[in-house]
Amino acid sequence: MEEALIIAGRRFRSRLLMGTGKFSSAEVMKRAIESSGAEIVTVALRRVELENPGDSILNAIDRTKYLLLPNTSGARDAEEAVRLARLARAAGCEPWIKLEVTPDPRYLLPDPVETLKAAEILVKDGFVVLPYIQADPILAKRLEDAGTATVMPLGSPIGSNRGIKTRDAIEIIIEGATVPVVVDAGLGAPSHAAEALEMGADAALVNTAIAVARDPVAMAAAFKKGVEAGREAFLAGLGGSRREAEASSPLTGFLR
Amino acid sequence: MSFYDEIKRTGWAEIEKEINGRSDADVQAALGAVRPGGVDLNHFMSLLSPAADRYLEETAGHAHRITRQRFGNTISLFAPLYVSNFCNNSCAYCGFNSKNPVRRLALTPKQARAEGEFIHRMGFRHVLLVSGEARQVATLDYFIEITGMLRPLFSSIAVEIYPMGVEEYRALIAGGVDGLTVFQETYSERAYERFHLGGKKRDFQWRIETPDRGGEAGFRRIGLGALLGLENWRVEGFYMGLHAKHLMRKYWKSQVSISFPRLRPAAGSFEVPHEVSDKDFVQLLVALRLFLPDTGFTLSTREPAELRDHLIPLGITSMSAGSKTDPGGYTHPQPEGAEAQFEISDDRDPETVADVIRQKGYEPVWKDWDEALS
Repeated sequence: MEEALIIAGRRFRSRLLMGTGKFSSAEVMKRAIESSGAEIVTVALRRVELENPGDSILNAIDRTKYLLLPNTSGARDAEEAVRLARLARAAGCEPWIKLEVTPDPRYLLPDPVETLKAAEILVKDGFVVLPYIQADPILAKRLEDAGTATVMPLGSPIGSNRGIKTRDAIEIIIEGATVPVVVDAGLGAPSHAAEALEMGADAALVNTAIAVARDPVAMAAAFKKGVEAGREAFLAGLGGSRREAEASSPLTGFLR
Repeated sequence: MSFYDEIKRTGWAEIEKEINGRSDADVQAALGAVRPGGVDLNHFMSLLSPAADRYLEETAGHAHRITRQRFGNTISLFAPLYVSNFCNNSCAYCGFNSKNPVRRLALTPKQARAEGEFIHRMGFRHVLLVSGEARQVATLDYFIEITGMLRPLFSSIAVEIYPMGVEEYRALIAGGVDGLTVFQETYSERAYERFHLGGKKRDFQWRIETPDRGGEAGFRRIGLGALLGLENWRVEGFYMGLHAKHLMRKYWKSQVSISFPRLRPAAGSFEVPHEVSDKDFVQLLVALRLFLPDTGFTLSTREPAELRDHLIPLGITSMSAGSKTDPGGYTHPQPEGAEAQFEISDDRDPETVADVIRQKGYEPVWKDWDEALS
């Protein structure tokens, strides 16, 4: 079996996606991306000037090596997100969009109603949509039904580095998903990323924990290993703990 | 409930007494209680107290870490564009005071566009339109027309102009303005009356409710600030923190930021009644950061270059650079600068400031907004 992450028919060897915010320079960002092994790199459209050939962030990302995944960070409703996505496509980006609708500027929590609305419009419009969502299993199914390419539930609020606080809900999402599940936001340490992959998430997206580390390049390498270890553990079949005790002599053994 | 109703429930003197009474033990308790989400109001008061000045280094360390976690290694840059210095107000400390015999000028929209092009060439994509209070010259339509001229050049346009009503703000937003900045000057109603001697600005309640009206109208960014030096900075800091929290709760979709304009001694004939030292300034900054981890902090070119550079890692998230504070000052520099609103202390060009930001290990950010978002 080929061990690849497949999103919208496209294959990726790496299961780590990287964000580009908060870095101390475009150069550090570039080296961190390299060291992370990531093949998908997300960029906030609000931060870049797509038509400016001198844009420092865009210039640091070699689009022959990485899929540049524009995101709609800052959008407060569906209308703004759709407008941003269309601008990006018109400026020559591939029609992939990380959909973020975060009306609250403090915790940057996603608005489920507007996210679904925007996803429906963008999918119809031909976009490959990767929506950032609260860890809400029903919303995840509704987005899948709408035709999104992934679902991206948060582990904890963006930039909080608090790890996976939404574990139970993410487990339900993974169990029911027919599209890749990417745990996005809140992963503060490589062990958190490993945990996400161990649980069966298909990939993890990391930004703050790498960008604000003392050595972002080394931290990116550590996350790469975390993601790989988590994936390998998942494939190897973790013993895991169960909610109920499993009797060592089965209670129903007499039936056989 | 507006913020005016909220502050009416506390007395200035009572807050001052409470803050001044905090002990070393209170400060230690506050520092022990610092979480990624900051500290509560009670601990915040301890951090503003005279007792806390012995714990400045430790508080600064927390402020540095919290800011970096929330905002990353970046500093946003913007430039002010002064469109008019006509003013009907008499504020004792201000260069635009209607009683001052300065040359008055209101840029035509075309002149404003020329200034905007100059600012754009310097690299800025965020601009702040500034004006005195003179409705007979600078009307609502005037600001809307200028915004229309500047819109193609900038990804964010904010205003720091006289307070308006909700409907007027809605019209500005529809015209392409996304941010509102209004300084309260002082949160002490008594002191406010003493320094604001004429004009519409005398109305304390109208002023202090302005950010509420801006929030109601739907501005994406709301900026606050007290003019440091008019009253006890510890109490001003307390009310700034309270004001920011009030706005964040009530207008939860708006990003709140705080500016720190400080009156400098020997700037003109105005004698600063409550001078704020550099050390006080730092204490205010870091205490507020611990109370407001998510709030942007803005620093203008009023402060000298060296101090600005030192403040970068202490909680500042946004700075102006290369500023001119007289209308037309970018394209037609005045030899004297006599019509400027305040004396510029840091007169380095934006690229030099950006270089310093880089040397400090931060990325200067010129664009962090998009026209599609407003």
